[in-house]
Amino acid sequence: MSERGRLAVYLPAALALAALLVLAFLRMPAFGGTVHLYRDLAVPAAVRHVTANVVSAVNFDQRALDTLGEESILLGSVVGVAALLRPAQRESERRPPRTGRTLESTGLLGYLLLPVTLIVGFDVVAHGQLTPGGGFQGGVVLATGIHLLYLAGSYRALERLRPVEVFDAGEALGAGMFTVLGLIGVLAGTAFLQNFLPMGSFGALFSAGTVPVLNALVGVEVACGAVVLLTHFFTEDLTVSVAEQDDGSHQGSEKE
Amino acid sequence: MSIYPYCVAAWLMLAGAYGIVRSRNMVHAVVCLSVCQSGTYVLLLAVGYQHGATAPVFGSTTTPNRNVVDPVVQAMTLTDIVVSATVTALLLALAIQVNKRQRTVDPNELVALKG
Repeated sequence: MSERGRLAVYLPAALALAALLVLAFLRMPAFGGTVHLYRDLAVPAAVRHVTANVVSAVNFDQRALDTLGEESILLGSVVGVAALLRPAQRESERRPPRTGRTLESTGLLGYLLLPVTLIVGFDVVAHGQLTPGGGFQGGVVLATGIHLLYLAGSYRALERLRPVEVFDAGEALGAGMFTVLGLIGVLAGTAFLQNFLPMGSFGALFSAGTVPVLNALVGVEVACGAVVLLTHFFTEDLTVSVAEQDDGSHQGSEKE
Repeated sequence: MSIYPYCVAAWLMLAGAYGIVRSRNMVHAVVCLSVCQSGTYVLLLAVGYQHGATAPVFGSTTTPNRNVVDPVVQAMTLTDIVVSATVTALLLALAIQVNKRQRTVDPNELVALKG
């Protein structure tokens, strides 16, 4: 369909949808009001299980089964990207091109921020049940922190720090142990993924029962998953080149 | 104007869709889809907002009380962001594959299915 045709379909549809949405918004509870039925149920449930961060309590205690599904979506997408980006038969994996020049200040800042970012990532994962954050957020911080090494100028150093097999295994382990912990709960006589560990005292690092454990497992899974995901994109961009172009012309098509 | 935040959510979704319609580059289309999805974050957070309420995180200084914004929609927003990130990753991988096979990332130039 031509661009003009697409626009002709889009504009009336968008106008109609916008009108319907505004009609719906007008009958919704007023913005900022005090009636929040789910809140009134979720907050006491979180306090009963000694979880200071109610969002974590919802994610890893009250809706832990949904989080298992969410984690599986992440695992599935990493597997999907790996399948889509695997080198085809006519391609060969090549050595990475020479690293380009990096500003010294960029390099210095990258190396300085690398340990800081990793510590922040571990902190966000470890205190997910107490302060804002958790496995998903901290895992992404950890995975991006490792890639500061690439920004600081050395893809080789990144490759040494990042043995992909370890992260592959870590991702599978994080996702698998989540289910195993749920099954341990079943064996211990509770429901699947029910909070069966001792709750501890409010605000302590080891409180909220299974929430910090599930948080850590999700942190491992997300960090490893994101690293594996980015590795596939890096490999595709930096080290794989089409074999047909190997007769001298491949230098131009490779990206720095 | 108590429906203003909801309208921002709707506007983000429609603006993202407009970007996809006008897109000449698949990477651009993927980013536009992310804009669409951020409309849902705004909608969810707007639904859970309460004037004068604090974050649903308690500690030594804030004793548990019910005067907080809705934590359930915040947890759903987190799920939403994770799903959005995975969708973006998959679509970008698909865009790379299309570029490899068709030597273009312009959706207008993709005419026939190729095995």
